[in-house]
Amino acid sequence: MVQELGYLKETASQTAGPYVHIGLTPNFCGIAGVYEADLGASMVNDKTLGQRITVKGRVIDGAGMPLRDALIEIWQADAAGLYNSPSEMRGAADPNFTGWGRCPTGAEDGVFTFETVKPGRVPFKDGRLMAPHITFWIVARGINIGLHTRMYFPDEAAANAEDPLLARIEHRHRAETLVAAGAAPSYTFDIHLQGEKETVFLDI
Amino acid sequence: MSARQNRKPKTGAFFQRDRDWHAPAFTPGYKTSVLRSPQQALLSLDGTISEITGPVFGHSILGELDNDLIHNFAKPGESAIGERIIVHGRVLDERGLPVRSALLEFWQANAGGRYRHKKESYLAALDPNFGGCGRTITDDEGHYFFRTIRPGAYPWPNGVNDWRPAHIHFSIFGHGFAQRLITQMYFEGDPMIWKCPIVNTIPDRRAIEQLIAPLDWANTIPMDARAYKFDIVLRGRRSTFFENRPEGN
Repeated sequence: MVQELGYLKETASQTAGPYVHIGLTPNFCGIAGVYEADLGASMVNDKTLGQRITVKGRVIDGAGMPLRDALIEIWQADAAGLYNSPSEMRGAADPNFTGWGRCPTGAEDGVFTFETVKPGRVPFKDGRLMAPHITFWIVARGINIGLHTRMYFPDEAAANAEDPLLARIEHRHRAETLVAAGAAPSYTFDIHLQGEKETVFLDI
Repeated sequence: MSARQNRKPKTGAFFQRDRDWHAPAFTPGYKTSVLRSPQQALLSLDGTISEITGPVFGHSILGELDNDLIHNFAKPGESAIGERIIVHGRVLDERGLPVRSALLEFWQANAGGRYRHKKESYLAALDPNFGGCGRTITDDEGHYFFRTIRPGAYPWPNGVNDWRPAHIHFSIFGHGFAQRLITQMYFEGDPMIWKCPIVNTIPDRRAIEQLIAPLDWANTIPMDARAYKFDIVLRGRRSTFFENRPEGN
C-alpha cells in the first residue's frame, strides 16, 4: 500500500442546454429586471486603450447550419499584452478593459459580435511570444463539454508563423481554421464543429 | 473585476482534464450532439498564460436578491410557487482547496417544469413570479448558497418519451479560464436521473453521482425550506516547483 494522493475529481460537465440564456444573458431572452445588464455584454469603455476591433462570427454544425442557441465567451489580453486577472503577475492591465466578453449567437441569424480591442502579444511558457490571439469558449445544447479554441489575426502573418500553438498543428491547412477572415477593424471568425473545415479545438 | 487578495495568487497551470470522466462529444443517445460534436482529435497542450488567467468578479456586481430566485422576479410582496429549498455547498479544486471569489450563475425551470424562454413550448404554465436565474460569489472558504424552488421535471424532444429529471444548471468561473465549467445538479432520490439521455452521456457512474445533491437535513430550516448540498470541484492548479519563467509569466 502507498499513501493516497487524495485528489478530488473534477465535477463532470453537462450541456448548457437550449435555455442557457436564462442563466447567463437573461436580458437577452426577455427576463428583465433581475440584473441591470447581462454580464460580459460590454468589454470596453471610452477610455480603453488600443485599437478598437469588431469580431463577428457563427458556430456552424455538421450540416452547415449556424447554431442559434449557442453562447460564446472570449478572453484576451489588453492592447499591451496583459490580462485583467489576479493571476497576471507581469503588471497591471488596462483598468478600462475587462478582457472578457460573453455573447449569445443571434436567435435568427446565429451571429455573435464582440466589440473589443486588438490584444497585445503574450509569452508562451518558454518565453517566446505567442501571436496576438483571443481565447474562445463555446457552449450550447448538444455540446457536452465547453469547447476551447483560439482566434488569431489574418494581418499578423509573421507572428502567426512563429506562434508555438499554431506550430503544434500537424496538418498545416487546419491551422488556418484558427485565423479569422477580414482586416482591421472588422474580423470574421466562423467556428465549424464538424466537416472539412472543422475548427481545431483545444484540450488545454 | 477585482478580487480581494489576501494571499499571493497561484499561477501554476491546471491539471489535465480527465476526458474519460467527462462525457465524450459524440453521444448519439443525446441526438443534438450528433451534428455538434467535433470529430477530430483535440489539440492537447499544457496551459499557457491565456488559460491560466481568467476574469474574477467582485461582489459589487451582485444585487441584493441575486441569490434568491423565490423573490428576484416576483412582484413586491409575492413569491414564486413551489417547494422552497436552499442549495448550498462549496467550490473546491481537485486538490481540495477552496475556490474563493468564484462566480456561480444558475438557471432552472419553474415548479411545473416550464422555462421562461421564448423557444420553450412545454404546455405547463409559467409562474408570473418566477424568472429562473440567479447568481452568487463564493466566500473565502469557497462556500455559496442560494434560495429557490425545486424545479419540476419536464419532457423534451429527443426520444418519443424522454423527460429531464429535476435539475438546476450551474455555470462556474474559477480563477483561470481553463477552469470554466457548466454542469447540472440533480436531486437525491429522483428515479428519473438514470433514465435521462443527457445524464447518461457521462460514462462513469461515479461522475454522475457527483452531480446528485443529497438532502441536507441538518441545514434544513424548520417550517421554511429544505436544504440540498452541492459541492463543485474545478480543475486543480499544479504547484510551481521548478518551472522556468524567463518572462516572469
